Amino acid sequence: MRKLLVANRGEIARRVIAGARSRGIATVAVFSDADAGLPFVREADESVRLPGNAPADTYLRIDLLLDAARRTGADALHPGYGFLSENPALATECAAAGICFVGPSPEAIASMGSKLAAKEMVRAAGVPTLESVAVPPGAESSLLSKMVAGIGLPVLVKASAGGGGRGMRVVEDVDSLAEVVASAQREAQSAFGDGTVFLERYLRRPRHVEIQVVGDSHGTVTHLFERECSIQRRHQKIVEESPSPVMTPELRQAMGEAAVAAARSVDYVGVGTVEFLVDQSGEYFFLEMNTRLQVEHPVTEAITGIDLVGLQLAVAGGEPLPPSALAPSVSGHAIEVRLYAEDPTDDWMPSTGTLHMFEIPGTGSFALDGGLRLDSGFETGSVVSPHYDPMLAKVIAWGETRQLAAARLAGCLARARIHGVGTNRDLLVGILRHPEFLGGGTDTAFLSRHDPSLLGASPVDEHAERLHAGAAAIAAQVRRRSQSVGFAGFPSGWRNNPSDPQSISYRGHQGDIEIAYRVTRDGVVFPDAAGVGVASATEDEVVMDVGGIHRPCRVHLVGDTAYVDSMFGASVLTEIPRFPEPMGHHHPGSLLSPIPGSVVRVEVSQGDHVDHGATLVVMEAMKMEHTLSAPFSGTVTEVRAQAGDQVDADVVLVVLKEDE
Amino acid sequence: MTTLANNVDRGSPTYRENAAAMERMLGEVDSQLALARAGGGDKYVERHRSRGKLLPRERIELLLDRDSPFLELCPLAAWGTEFTIGASLVIGLGVIEGTVCVVSANDPTVKGGASNPYTMKKAHRAADIARENRLPLVNLVESGGADLPNQAEIFIPGGRMFRDLTQLSAEGIPTVALVFGNSTAGGAYIPGMSDYIVMVKERAKVFLGGPPLVKMATGEESNDEELGGAEMHARVSGLADFMAEDEIDALRIGRRIVARLNWNRPAGWRRLPDIAARGFGAPPATGAGFAAPPAASEPLYDPAELLGIPSADAKVPYDPRDVLARVVDGSEFDEFKPLYGTSLATGWASIHGYPVGILANHRGVLFSEEAEKAAQFIQLANQIDTPLLFLQNTTGYMVGREYEQKGIIKDGAKMINAVSNSGVPHLTLNIGASYGAGNYGMCGRAYNPRFLFAWPNARSSVMGAQQLAGVLSIVGRQAAEAAGRPFDEEADAMIRQAVENQIEAESLALFITGRVYDDGIIDPRDSRTVLGMCLSVVYAGGIAGRRGYGVYRM
Repeated sequence: MRKLLVANRGEIARRVIAGARSRGIATVAVFSDADAGLPFVREADESVRLPGNAPADTYLRIDLLLDAARRTGADALHPGYGFLSENPALATECAAAGICFVGPSPEAIASMGSKLAAKEMVRAAGVPTLESVAVPPGAESSLLSKMVAGIGLPVLVKASAGGGGRGMRVVEDVDSLAEVVASAQREAQSAFGDGTVFLERYLRRPRHVEIQVVGDSHGTVTHLFERECSIQRRHQKIVEESPSPVMTPELRQAMGEAAVAAARSVDYVGVGTVEFLVDQSGEYFFLEMNTRLQVEHPVTEAITGIDLVGLQLAVAGGEPLPPSALAPSVSGHAIEVRLYAEDPTDDWMPSTGTLHMFEIPGTGSFALDGGLRLDSGFETGSVVSPHYDPMLAKVIAWGETRQLAAARLAGCLARARIHGVGTNRDLLVGILRHPEFLGGGTDTAFLSRHDPSLLGASPVDEHAERLHAGAAAIAAQVRRRSQSVGFAGFPSGWRNNPSDPQSISYRGHQGDIEIAYRVTRDGVVFPDAAGVGVASATEDEVVMDVGGIHRPCRVHLVGDTAYVDSMFGASVLTEIPRFPEPMGHHHPGSLLSPIPGSVVRVEVSQGDHVDHGATLVVMEAMKMEHTLSAPFSGTVTEVRAQAGDQVDADVVLVVLKEDE
Repeated sequence: MTTLANNVDRGSPTYRENAAAMERMLGEVDSQLALARAGGGDKYVERHRSRGKLLPRERIELLLDRDSPFLELCPLAAWGTEFTIGASLVIGLGVIEGTVCVVSANDPTVKGGASNPYTMKKAHRAADIARENRLPLVNLVESGGADLPNQAEIFIPGGRMFRDLTQLSAEGIPTVALVFGNSTAGGAYIPGMSDYIVMVKERAKVFLGGPPLVKMATGEESNDEELGGAEMHARVSGLADFMAEDEIDALRIGRRIVARLNWNRPAGWRRLPDIAARGFGAPPATGAGFAAPPAASEPLYDPAELLGIPSADAKVPYDPRDVLARVVDGSEFDEFKPLYGTSLATGWASIHGYPVGILANHRGVLFSEEAEKAAQFIQLANQIDTPLLFLQNTTGYMVGREYEQKGIIKDGAKMINAVSNSGVPHLTLNIGASYGAGNYGMCGRAYNPRFLFAWPNARSSVMGAQQLAGVLSIVGRQAAEAAGRPFDEEADAMIRQAVENQIEAESLALFITGRVYDDGIIDPRDSRTVLGMCLSVVYAGGIAGRRGYGVYRM
C-alpha cells in the first residue's frame, strides 16, 4: 500500500490521513465545493474536487471516487464512516479496479448491512437479539397495527440501511405510527437511497454498549473491549466512554465472545463494532454490527494505546494482527463527547456559519496530549455548511479514573472558545458535571430525564452577561481608538468638560444591556456599576476588576458581534446600532424559514384555514426535517414557497392572518 | 537629544502648598463648568426634554465618533457677566466619521438659544478656527435668533456669521447645518449659507418671517409648517437637502455627510495648483488630512505633578522646563541658545509626535537678550515650517534707565514684529502671568494664536494689580504735589486697595475666559492632550512659514 485515497471528509478524513502518514503512506483527499477550504483537503498530499455539494453528487459517487483513485494512482481506499463506508458496492468496485478497500469484504458488509438479515445470522450464531420486523413498502396502518401487536409497544422505527441514529423514531401509540413510518421512509430514502424501515422492540432506559472487534485475513478475530454510548440525543450518540461504568469482567467476557462470534459469522476482516442494548438487569441484545471504523474509536485508542486506523491499514495490507491487539489491556478511563453545531435548548436546531474562532485548549490533535485529544475537521475560519453532519469535533479526555477524565473534559470544554456558530458545549459540560453521570447513571433515557433545554442552558446569568458586555464595550473602545484617524493617539473619550459618558448597547441572551463608561485619568469608570473597574484592556482581553477580584474576559470582535469568554461561560453579544436605520418590517403573521435549507413540502395553499399547530411547510436542512407550523389558528393569505426551493434563514414562507 | 531632569519633590512643603492651591482653583473651575452644562437650568431642561428633544451636548455626543476626544472651546464664555455661563452655545473640536470638525451647537434651554454678545463672539471664534485650520464646520441649529433686548450689541456685527459661512465655503471648507428647531429671521441664513442642510421633520422651523410678521406685512394667513417646515423645505423650496425623521436621524445623516466630504486624503495628495490659483485662497501649502502622527513616547515624569509646579504665589517664578518635562514626548527638549537670554527658554520638542518650537518665560522679565533670542528663534521656526508654542509666564519687558537706553523698545519690537509676521501656527498657554507688552511678545490673544488656553492660576493684565495700584497712587501723589494740594494718605490707601482688588479680579483666568479672550481654562494635567490635539489640527491644515530675508542673527 503506497497511496491511500480517503473517500470521506472532515475530521475522519484528517484522522485517516494522520494514520496513513504515520505508516509512510501517501494520501489523496476528495472534496466537495463546500469543503474546499477545510483542513483535510490541505493536509492530504493531493486532493481531487468532487463538483457539487449534495452527498449524492459528491461523496456518494463511487464512479468519481474510483476515477480520482485512478488519476492519482492511489492503490487503496479508506471509506471513513458514513457515506459509502457500509455500501458493499464500493468494496466490490474497488476490488474490480484493483484497489485495496480498507474494510471488510463486500459480502460481510452486505450481510451486516441489512439489519434484519444480520439479526437472523447472529441469532443463528447464538447471539441474543431483539424482536423486530421489516415494514413492507406501502404498508397500510392496519398492517402496521398488526405488526406492532406482535412486538409490543413502544416500538422503534429504524432505517434498514441507516446508521448513526438517522431515521430512528420511537412510537408510543399506534395512532401516530403511520405518519412516523412514512417520515422515516422518506428520510431513509433521501439519506441512504433505501427507504426500507423496520420495527423493533424498544427497551426503556437501556444502555448502549458496543464491542470493538478486529479481524485479520488470517482468520483471527478478537475484541478490544467495550464502549458505552448511552447518552444520546435523537438516537445519536453524544457522550461515549470506555470502560462502561456497569461493566463486570463476566459481562465483558460474555459480550466480547458474543461480538467475536457475530464477526466470525461473516468472516470479518478489519475493525468493526458490534452494538448491544443492555437492559437494567444486565441482559444484552445484539443491535447491529457496524462494518467500519466507528466515530467514537478514539476512546478505545485512549484506553488501549492501539492505533485503530493503523490496525485497519495493517490488516487491509494482509498483515496478521500484532501482539498488542491480541493481548490488549485497559488503562484508565476515556470519555469522548461530540461537539455539535446545534442548539440543545431549541430542539437541536442546527447552526451554520463561519467559525470565527475555534480553540479547544490544551488538546492534542488526533492524539492525546496531557490527557486530552481533539479530532476535528474544522479550524478557526472554517465555514460550517448546511450540507453535512453538524458535528464540529470530538473531544476526548483520558484519566486514571472516570471522575478525572470527566472533570478534565468538562474543564477543557468550558474553556473552549467557539465563535460564530451555536454549539451543544454547555449541554456537554452539564452532562459531564451532572451527579447522575458522575455516579455512572448513564442510559439512553438520560436526556429524557434531564431536559436538555435546562441542562444545556448557558451558565452565563444576567450578572455575568453584564460583566461580559462591559468587557466587550471596553475592548471595542480599544479597537476604535487604535483605528481612529482624526485625533488618533489621544486619550479615549477625553473631555475637558465631561457631560454624558460613552454608551453602547448589546443584545445578549438575557436581554438588552446598555453599558455606560468613561475612560478617565484614573482608569475606566462604569457610572452604573460602582466597584467595577478595568485592570487592563486590549482589543482581545479585558481584565475586569470586580471589587478587587480580577476577572479576565477574552473578547473577540467580529463585525457588530462580540464574543466574550470568561470563567462564567461564553456570551454572544450583538451591538445594537447606534443609529437605527429606518427599516421595513415583516407583515404580522409572516412565518419565516427557521434556518437555511430546502423546502420539502408545502402543505397549505392560499385561502386555507388552518388550526393552531397545523403543519404548513416542511423543510430539510442538515439532514433534519424542520416543520413550520401555525402559531395560531387563521387563514393562509400568502404562500411564497414551493417544494424544492432553496431558502435562506428568515425568509417569509407563508403569511397567516389570525382568526378574529 | 536632551532629556529634561526631574526637579520636582512631591514631598516638599512648596509642592504641597502649590498643589493645594491649584486643586482649590480647579474645584472652582469645575463648579463653573457644571453651571455651563446645566444650561438654562432644571426647569428649561425639563421642558426641552419633555418635547422629546436632546440637549446640545447630547446631540454632540451622538454626532461624534464613539470614544473620540472632544475639546470643548470657551465653555465658560460670559462668566462674570449678566448672561448665562457658556453663552447659550457649545463649540469645540471633535471627530465625526474620522474627520476632525469644528462643532457648534445652540443651547435652546438658555433663552431659546438666543444669541447675546458672548454667543456671537463664540460663534465667530468657531468660524475663525474652522477657517484658519481648514476644518469642516458643523452647526447644530436651534436658536430663537438675537436676544432682542441686547440687539444693539449684536445686530450689526452679528451679520459676520453668515458672511463667515459662505467665505468658508468659498475657501473649500465644508459647512453643514443640522436644524433641530427654530432658525428664523436672520437665523435662517445659518442653514441658508451652509453647503449641506438637514432639517428635522415637524421640528425645524426656517423662515424669514413667522405667521404674525407675515400677517402684519402682507395680511396673509399662514402657519409655521407652510412657511418653514422641514417637509416644505425638503420637497418644495429645496432649502433642505435632507429631511430627518427625528433628531437621531438628523445626527445620523450629518455623520454620513461628513463621511462623504472626502476630507481625510491619502498621504501625499495635493490639489492641482493651477485650479487652486483660480479659486479663492490658497490650498494647504503642505500635506492635507489627518495622517496618524509618528509614534510618540509619553513624558518620563508624572503629568499629575503639574498641579504642584506652578507657584501658589504668583510673584514667585518657576522653571518652565519642569512643565515641559511633563508635557513633551519623552521629556526631550533640545534647547536653543541655552546660555543666552536665560529668562526665556527656547527649543525644540514634540508633543504626541508633532514637532513644535517652544518659547517659555523663565524668570518673568524679558530683557533685550530674551527679545532678540525670541525673534531669532521665531524666524528659525518659520524657516522649517514648524509651529510654535508660547508658554506665558511674564511680567513684561524690563523697564529702567539702563534698559531704555540700551534700546529695550527696539528689541521688544523685533520680538513683536517676529510674532506678528510669523507664518507658522502659534499656540499659546498661559501658565502663570501675562502682563504688559509681554502678553504681546508672547503671542497673546491680539496676536492671533491658533489656540490660546490658560491654567486656572493664570493672570493677564497690563501689569500686576499691586503695581498698577501703586502706579496710580504715585501719579496721584505727583499730581497733588504739582497742584500744591495736600495728599490724602487715607483716601489713597482706600483707592489703592479698591483698584488693586478690581485689577486682581479682572486679571484672573475666569474673568479672561468669560470675555472669550482665550479658548478655555484647562487642567494643567490635560496640557499635553490639549496641545497635542491643537498641533494635530494645525498640522493637518498645512503649514507655511514666512520666508523673505535670511534669518537675522541678533
